[in-house]
Amino acid sequence: MDLIWEGLRKALELLLTLDPEVLRITLLSLKVSGLATLLSVILGLGLALGVALNEFPGKRLVIALLNTGMGLPPVVVGLFVTVLLWRNGPLGFLGILYTPAAIILAQAVIATPIVAGLGLAAFQHLPPGLRLQILSLGATRTQMVWMLLREARLPLLAAVMAGFGGVISEVGASIMVGGNLKGSTRVLTTATVMETSRGNFDVAFALSFILLLLTFGVNALLTHLQQRERPR
Amino acid sequence: MNRSRWRHGALALVILLAATLLPAAPPAQPAVILATTTSTQDSGLLDDLLPLFEKQSGYAVKTIAVGSGQAIAMGRRGEADVLLVHSPEAEEALLADGAGIRRRIVMHNDFVLLGPPGDPAGVSKRGALEGFQRIAKTRSLFLSRGDHSGTHAQELKLWKAAGITAEGQPWYQETGQGMGQTLAVASEKKAYTLSDRGTYLAMRRNISLIILHEGDPTLRNVYHVIEVNPMRFPKVNGAGARAFADFLVSKVVQKRIKEFGIGLYGSPLFFPDADVPNVDAGRR
Repeated sequence: MDLIWEGLRKALELLLTLDPEVLRITLLSLKVSGLATLLSVILGLGLALGVALNEFPGKRLVIALLNTGMGLPPVVVGLFVTVLLWRNGPLGFLGILYTPAAIILAQAVIATPIVAGLGLAAFQHLPPGLRLQILSLGATRTQMVWMLLREARLPLLAAVMAGFGGVISEVGASIMVGGNLKGSTRVLTTATVMETSRGNFDVAFALSFILLLLTFGVNALLTHLQQRERPR
Repeated sequence: MNRSRWRHGALALVILLAATLLPAAPPAQPAVILATTTSTQDSGLLDDLLPLFEKQSGYAVKTIAVGSGQAIAMGRRGEADVLLVHSPEAEEALLADGAGIRRRIVMHNDFVLLGPPGDPAGVSKRGALEGFQRIAKTRSLFLSRGDHSGTHAQELKLWKAAGITAEGQPWYQETGQGMGQTLAVASEKKAYTLSDRGTYLAMRRNISLIILHEGDPTLRNVYHVIEVNPMRFPKVNGAGARAFADFLVSKVVQKRIKEFGIGLYGSPLFFPDADVPNVDAGRR
């Protein structure tokens, strides 16, 4: 128990003194997971729209696969991405293994099915006649998609939060493809694992509290956006 | 809704994304990928040495701290440039295979056999090997790393030397994790375990395990540096690997290794060996 209090105290101390290393790790976590979430929103919502707006054979199988992908284990993704990015591997020419770009890539792979699966459910939950109604009012296809996004924004923002929550908290993929390199690919979760294995439990707790605070901040912002113009 | 504003926003985000994904600027020299054991990182030794090397040589070092087993596997595939490891048999196999070259001794420390305070199984009474036999005879819980690390390899060697098949026994459990985690589990379960001294010293204030055997010749823990063969793997940074290996065995660094940890733990964690003549004679 005393370790938790010690950790809280240490977290406050690191934040108030603006410890440069902790600041860098925190900003990197935010940047990497934020960009990964952004990528997953672009890819995931595109995928969800494509599946929701079209009828094709095997649609149920695709939906089942997307829903399964929501539970992709980060270590499995990490292992695949590592082997693909090895310098003697198929994507080795990119030279991005052990860089932040590799973590963004792996985290986007983790978050895309989450955003796509929840996004698809959001689109399918809209009234079935809505699409025809919008088109019959003379809207172009782009305008129609835009209106669907607006109509479903409440559950869609929940999908974004789920995607972000999935990647800011994962450690398995980040440590494998990033390597936990000091000053380069060390993020809050990998630093917490390292400090724990070094026996520095107070620092590990401090980093945990900072991670929780960061996640809360991002989600508070997204929740604010979500609830601002809630349809009544 | 103002659509052009959203379009501009999206465009800006895409540009930002692209800028982050592109490498900032091509580095003057390619980075050196060092695959090593967790003990060199967790003890803080690398944090002490690497800034000096990066400043002197201009190479950036990417340290991938994993078990010796994984580090050597990375070397075997040409996915690392230089290895700092402590698993002698696996190292010799790597050299025989031709994937590793110029294996040089860097330093040693020792393994310690740990157990719960009071030593209920009486492991400390005689020599280290008899200690392992006592554990088996009394069926006391023993926690193994089980992760093909150098420490795990040493532990298996000791069981074999003691004439005991421990794997599969109900009193023998494997964590499959690093040394720090394994020590924490052993401490909670009041179990016996084998550890490198550095990690034990670093963890000591948070666990309740005591040293039952130390200094025994069978408990010696030797670290070698091995360069990955650039003739075999063209993408390996041979020059960088050579520079790093030469750095580790240089007089200045050997002195630094000797002094490392005295301030923090009250005793050195590693003992330099590179200037010991003929200690590694007969090997490359």
